[in-house]
Amino acid sequence: MEDKVLLAHGSGGKLSHDLVEKSFLAKLGNPWLNMLDDSAILELSGRIAFTTDSYVVSPLFFPGGDIGRLAVCGTVNDLAMSGARPIYLSLSLIIEEGFPLSDLDKIVVSVQRTAKEAGVKVVTGDTKVVNRGSVDKLFINTAGVGFIPPGVNIAGSNAQPGDCIIVSGPVGNHGMAVMSQREGLEFSSLIESDCAPLNGLVGDMLKVCSSIHCLRDPTRGGLATSLNEFARQSQVGIIIEEAKIPVCQEVRAMCELLGLDPLHIANEGRLVAIVAGDDAESVLAKMRQNPRSRNANIIGQATAEHPGRVVMTTSFGTSRLIDMLVGDLLPRIC
Amino acid sequence: MRFVDEYRDPELAKKLVERIHRRSTMPISLMEFCGGHTVTVVKYGLRQLVPATVKMMSGPGCPVCVTDNSDLDSAIALTKLPGVIICTFGDMLKVPGSFSSLQQAKAEGSDIRIVYSTIDALEIARRNPSRPVIFIGIGFETTAPTIAASVLQAEKEGIRNYHVFSLGKLCPPVIKALLDKGEVRLDGIICPGHVSAIIGSHPYDFIPRDYGIACAISGFEPLDVLLCVDMLIAQIESCQPRVEIAYRRGVRAEGNRQALELMDVVFEACEARWRGIGVVPHSGLKLRKRYERFDADRVFPIDPGPTHEPKGCLCGEILRGVKRPTDCKLFRQVCSPEHPVGPCMVSYEGACSAYYLYGDAGGG
Repeated sequence: MEDKVLLAHGSGGKLSHDLVEKSFLAKLGNPWLNMLDDSAILELSGRIAFTTDSYVVSPLFFPGGDIGRLAVCGTVNDLAMSGARPIYLSLSLIIEEGFPLSDLDKIVVSVQRTAKEAGVKVVTGDTKVVNRGSVDKLFINTAGVGFIPPGVNIAGSNAQPGDCIIVSGPVGNHGMAVMSQREGLEFSSLIESDCAPLNGLVGDMLKVCSSIHCLRDPTRGGLATSLNEFARQSQVGIIIEEAKIPVCQEVRAMCELLGLDPLHIANEGRLVAIVAGDDAESVLAKMRQNPRSRNANIIGQATAEHPGRVVMTTSFGTSRLIDMLVGDLLPRIC
Repeated sequence: MRFVDEYRDPELAKKLVERIHRRSTMPISLMEFCGGHTVTVVKYGLRQLVPATVKMMSGPGCPVCVTDNSDLDSAIALTKLPGVIICTFGDMLKVPGSFSSLQQAKAEGSDIRIVYSTIDALEIARRNPSRPVIFIGIGFETTAPTIAASVLQAEKEGIRNYHVFSLGKLCPPVIKALLDKGEVRLDGIICPGHVSAIIGSHPYDFIPRDYGIACAISGFEPLDVLLCVDMLIAQIESCQPRVEIAYRRGVRAEGNRQALELMDVVFEACEARWRGIGVVPHSGLKLRKRYERFDADRVFPIDPGPTHEPKGCLCGEILRGVKRPTDCKLFRQVCSPEHPVGPCMVSYEGACSAYYLYGDAGGG
């Protein structure tokens, strides 16, 4: 019989300790975590970014990633989008009774690998086990802290007319990869999630341009929502060109079938940046050297016209509004 | 992407637009019957490409939008039956009825499931043999054959707990009703695409014959619609209205005989209530007597009580082509896809939703 997570694994007793030692410490161990005290004691100074996010993706394993990789990338990327260098993460799991231990191990290994890739340490954590039906298999929360280097000032309200909008690669892959695995759809597609830590890429970009105005990872709501947030926060208009937005053929095709817009589909390893017009080419060149963003492109500009709105020039030369995602097209994609 | 990019080719579009401009000499009004056409027109900014003298207005071709409040109220009342599972297409969930919505009923604990086709609803009925499963059967001639097929399949398999709440509607009768009202001056109609794939082009023959109005059946890609507009202008300019097909890859003049037969076996025409338009004879579909045990209307008679229409909502006028979404005082102010007041803001094919999501830059 396959080993399962039991309620006793979350009781705080012997099974809990076994689980922590075998499943977590063995893979994620480091001087802070190994202390097993109530808190991790960290030495920090300067400007600190601090963020948290919960992960409820279904299914837990999807092409190109899993909930463990997502839980690290999501929080690392939220820190990176503030210009911070992520350092420490917390990892908290809520597990449904009966969850296979082998799946738990796979997910923790994925956390371990992704944390290594991103150069962050899991320094504190928690595990709860709840009755069958109280959660759907496994939910994860991570929180993270990072240093913001001096001189870096990135905020959604910093965009200026004349700035350029850059995306780091094709949009919509993560949402469509998860969607393709959903019960009732089950596309046999080649789409893989773009799920990846972006702190390395942001570091590269800051090397050539310390005055990046805005950064965001267009997760839920997709690129359209991030651009609308920038337009509203900065009170600028944004004009993008349809033909310049990178979208994979497979994602386009699947969106076409399902009646979705790739600009509204979630990404977990892409960023959208707004930089001064004069810096755009050098930032773009640097981004294209990074394997994560070889297909980065300048997709449009910020403008003084129509503040708060995003407008797209179509391939027909006409224009149309690009609004935020309305409602919840794709629940539980992250 | 094959089979899509060909119909979105900017160079071909440019040529078509030039031809349209050369042909067009007088002001005309065209109605895009289908919500799907309105979406294409607004999404690709086609109104910016055609001459300013070509007025394009949306019509009643959105099944969610034309569902009357009384029918919605009945559907919501059905969710309260003991043990029932309601299956519906997703965009019906948010449509506000008189006092509630399916979404609200779901939040209150009713078992309401979103399905993509009647096949899913039948499967739910198979898996839950002890519970009544009711499919909310909205749709035009496009959807009706699939509902008919599900009823026949249920009969064949002896599935006794599957029922259809039939709100199916027919397009040609409502076009006639609109034209008889005479509220809007129309020179041409962009006729339904997918509906016509089923019924063919002949059911529209009365429109040029009796009303002198040009007709062309269009697909849903921007080049389809531009070609259709070009055909309509040619007909109007030459005073030779007829029914043409600008969607040859999808539509044959005789339609889809097999689908029509399926429909005819299971359904018969009845009068139906259309939102904003009223009762239109022979424009609805009800299950024939032979299939009455699958007919939710007969098996679960319900009285939804008096209806209530939202104040200030212009959905009715918009569905008749009398007003545009931007004429509505509620548009973008209190009515949005997040907080829809009327059904045209709920469905993706609703004119208000299309104008809201894709409206021309800088305005509605």
